[in-house]
Amino acid sequence: MNADPTTLARASGRASDRESIAHSGAGTAPLIELLGASVVLDRRTVLDRVDLSVRPGERVALVGSNGAGKTTLLRLLHGLVPLASGKRRVNSPDRASTGLPDEPNDGRHRGSPVRIAMVFQRPFMLRTSLLGNVELGLRLQGLPADERRERAMHALEQVGLAAEALRPGRTLSGGQQQRAALARARALSPQLLLLDEPTASLDPSAKREIEELIASFSSQGITVVMSSHNLGQVKRLASRVLYLEAGRVLADVGADHFFHGELPQEAAQFLTGELPWV
Amino acid sequence: MTALLDSLHGIGQLIASGDPRLWRIVGLSLGVSAAACVIATSVGLLLGAAVAAGRFPGRRVVLIIMNTLLALPSVVVGLLVYLLLSRAGPLGSLGILFTPPAMVVAQSILVTPIVAALARQTIEDAMRDHGEQLQSLGANRYTSALIVAWDERMALATLALVAFGRAVSEVGAVMIVGGNIDGVTRVMTTAIALETSKGDLPLALALGVVLLTVVLVLNAAVALLNDWRGALDRQVVA
Repeated sequence: MNADPTTLARASGRASDRESIAHSGAGTAPLIELLGASVVLDRRTVLDRVDLSVRPGERVALVGSNGAGKTTLLRLLHGLVPLASGKRRVNSPDRASTGLPDEPNDGRHRGSPVRIAMVFQRPFMLRTSLLGNVELGLRLQGLPADERRERAMHALEQVGLAAEALRPGRTLSGGQQQRAALARARALSPQLLLLDEPTASLDPSAKREIEELIASFSSQGITVVMSSHNLGQVKRLASRVLYLEAGRVLADVGADHFFHGELPQEAAQFLTGELPWV
Repeated sequence: MTALLDSLHGIGQLIASGDPRLWRIVGLSLGVSAAACVIATSVGLLLGAAVAAGRFPGRRVVLIIMNTLLALPSVVVGLLVYLLLSRAGPLGSLGILFTPPAMVVAQSILVTPIVAALARQTIEDAMRDHGEQLQSLGANRYTSALIVAWDERMALATLALVAFGRAVSEVGAVMIVGGNIDGVTRVMTTAIALETSKGDLPLALALGVVLLTVVLVLNAAVALLNDWRGALDRQVVA
């Protein structure tokens, strides 16, 4: 059952695991890569020599106990925390195109780095309308008002909140705010979507809605990297699973392999603790 | 006791009669403090936002200085402004000493640190909670600070009211740089001090009542703003 962590940490590079990763985009250039990346926050090593390549179309789940470094890894992928050592390489769409149906095709983004959006565990709503909240990222990009409005409304339609567009963002329920945050991220037409515990503290119905949206975005060609404590959700959504402990990636395997294959001892224990029936 | 009752009777008569001397003093007080409040709020908000967003060497020292300036004695401010504006001072050529503009300058200097320090705290707290999400949407730290400042505009509006309350009730600085000249630089606080020393208690008390009313209205406005803001935040649909 157990295996050497360093071997398994690179397991997704092996042919057998590549086969098990649905949607993997194997063979194409990675959208984003971390090479020996370490992050030190408040003199504490939060991520320790992490290697990670995310390819177009993948659905990567980050699992591990609290404090394992999942959120920091997402923040690092987005460039929100500085590297203490190692490299973070973001490729350009020229090398890794996702072919998104609504990908801007006006040349503005040609050769520019991969567009990344992130949804946080507790989304922040400004004291303005839902539409204003969804338009925020587009406004910061300097898009003209009519284009902002069109893209924001399109994103709201995708998450089923178009009818609430003029409602104050802060009056939405928790599930609606999470959908609004997904719409805000979706409006940016990301090629890589980072989700930090997207369904934490939501009721089962809201969780299901969010999962459906994530699956829908993935089917539109958006690469997804998400952290989750919900292993059932990981099983339903992920094509690849990274197990983190104390800032290190101890397993990087296909989802099938994670739930049914050989794992390092720590990951196996985590899985047994979370899913006693495995 | 009789003197007090006479004074109270006199207050009523003065306020009800619309005594031009009283209302000229009240008008000048409110005008000077409003101007100082506008300047202090503009400068203080920008300063507070810049320090909240900025990460620069010596920032900790700046924070300590900002917090120290909260306790700036008004007579010290008055003295400094007097030295600056006096004929021999570096800004003496402006010729504004013992005029309302000098009082505006003194009150602005006195109140700006209050606005700056409180605005910095408000914006920094909001950025700690939401700054990273704004940065993930493409905002840099300074843009994030402006966005959260706009989002916290009700909280910052209460700062402006607090600043006005501090300015209008201040006496030391305006006494030194204004000179308490009747009809020119006499404001409520300096008039109260003068009339009390002269023994004209009805006028001093009438001015005191007006001043207290102004401060009371301001505090009520602050409380209402906070209640309104709280109600908006709690208004969550189940």
